[in-house]
Amino acid sequence: MSLRSPLGTALGSGSAKQGVHHWWVQRLTAVALVPLALWLVVSLVALPSLNYTTVAAWMSGSWTALALVLFVLTASLHSQLGVRVIVEDYVHGSGAKMAALIVLTFIHVLIAAAGVLAILKVAFGWAS
Amino acid sequence: MVSPTRPLSPYLHYRWRHTNTLSFLHRIAGLMLSLGLLLLICWLMSLASGPKAYARASAVLSMSLFTLVYPVLLIAFAYHLVAGIRHLAWDSGRGLEREAARRSALVVAFLVVVLVLGSGYLLFAWRHVA
Repeated sequence: MSLRSPLGTALGSGSAKQGVHHWWVQRLTAVALVPLALWLVVSLVALPSLNYTTVAAWMSGSWTALALVLFVLTASLHSQLGVRVIVEDYVHGSGAKMAALIVLTFIHVLIAAAGVLAILKVAFGWAS
Repeated sequence: MVSPTRPLSPYLHYRWRHTNTLSFLHRIAGLMLSLGLLLLICWLMSLASGPKAYARASAVLSMSLFTLVYPVLLIAFAYHLVAGIRHLAWDSGRGLEREAARRSALVVAFLVVVLVLGSGYLLFAWRHVA
């Protein structure tokens, strides 16, 4: 049995490694978005037309749908982390800051869920 | 809450440099891309709601109001991409010295101009071919 106090134990252990989580996920999503976003922009521009049939046919490809889902999830997370920092830096007053952070987090969850739902509906041919 | 009268950190008057303008633009561009993502999701939802809804959304998205939005989004994307890669290089501990940072800022500006003009030219050319 150790006679060291909990504080004494914690003091020597360094940080709980939580502080870098935001920083790390922002970088991780940034690295993933380099190929994903480039792919999306190039694919959209390369589509022969933006009419319904062309876009739906493009999106029903398994690899296209997969890459799109990955893009939407990664971009939503990256956007949420980035917007969060902007709010934390420029919105003053703890009430307004908290309200803005809650609303923006909800919007980003909505964006991610709606994006995935829409892609899957089109990919499975359930769009109506 | 007592409003603090003491100076708040960072209490600095920044001297203008092209480097700090670039740093600020990275946030602005990121924010614009967040709005672009929202636009993309609206477009995807209209696609998932069938041809009629997609036709309605296409009509709205091709309004003259939006003709300015797409070039701005393209510039924001090119900028955020290149400047973001510069940030990743910094995160690895490279290029943090003052001179290196000033030089890489110019490289970023140059690459963004090349990317935007190049993709703009391609878009224009393709549209004329099609």
